[in-house]
Amino acid sequence: MTGTVTKTETLPIKDSSDVVFVRQRVRVWATEMKLSLVDQTKLVTAASELGRNTLEHGGGGQLEISEVVNGLRKGIKLTFSDKGPGIPDIKLALTDGYTSRQGMGLGLGGSKRLMNEFEIQSAPGEGTTVTVIRWK
Amino acid sequence: MERIPILRMGNFLLVTIQVDMHDKLALTLQDDLTSKIADVGAKGVLIDISSLEIVDSFIGRTLANIASMARVLDAQTVVVGMQPAVAITLVELGMSLPGIRTALNVESGMQYLHETVTSDRDSEEYDGDSD
Ligand SMILES: Nc1ncnc2c1ncn2[C@@H]1O[C@H](COP(=O)(O)OP(=O)(O)O)[C@@H](O)[C@H]1O
Ligand SMILES: [Mg+2]
Repeated sequence: MTGTVTKTETLPIKDSSDVVFVRQRVRVWATEMKLSLVDQTKLVTAASELGRNTLEHGGGGQLEISEVVNGLRKGIKLTFSDKGPGIPDIKLALTDGYTSRQGMGLGLGGSKRLMNEFEIQSAPGEGTTVTVIRWK
Repeated sequence: MERIPILRMGNFLLVTIQVDMHDKLALTLQDDLTSKIADVGAKGVLIDISSLEIVDSFIGRTLANIASMARVLDAQTVVVGMQPAVAITLVELGMSLPGIRTALNVESGMQYLHETVTSDRDSEEYDGDSD
């Protein structure tokens, strides 16, 4: 997760219309950075998955969108955080098809594939923070 | 309550998804379509997603649910117009949309429905003859 943050925006995630707004704002940032259409689509799709997790598994939280710079590279970093129940077994949670509720179990594993960098910090009772970067 | 309109054309139902759907709206569409298929005895459902800029696992699952409920009610479903960037992303996400028929555009989707529904009817008649 290396890179200097140059600007940020924070959005609340409290209900399913906030997840729609998250997708729209991430799209705006991705367009402003002139990511390719495929990269924009990957970033917005991952944002939708992770935002839904923050809402449904984390009980709500927030997203911080930032522009990061590392030497000549620029990218968009998304940090989803909540103070929910946390993830007891991160490896299991990342397994395709694993869901503790009735999801598809593709949000975490899929987002990891769609992004260039992916990190989960979580402990039972301490909430969850998922940070991803898509480099230009 | 916000709803996505469902158009009826003879035996077929047509839906054009033009908004970025929140999850509850997608579930409402799933329920509305299922009851409408039953109400009008529809034989085909065409869902145009050419305006959708992303399909995530929730929307993917909603489309798959619609297709399998339609099948139980004896109707075929075709999803048309998926943008290439969306298709690429879906594969990487790990969603293969099992059991969903896709077509490039509304025209070829309609053609598919006409053909399948007609051949279904033919094979029903054939079954009838053999009785
Ligand atoms: N923010 C979170 N807080 C608590 N648990 C989470 C969080 N995000 C993901 N998880 C756990 O990881 C599992 C897998 O997540 P995901 O791959 O998105 O699948 P799904 O959301 O369909 O269940 C979830 O079922 C849940 O148990
Ligand atoms: Mg999920």
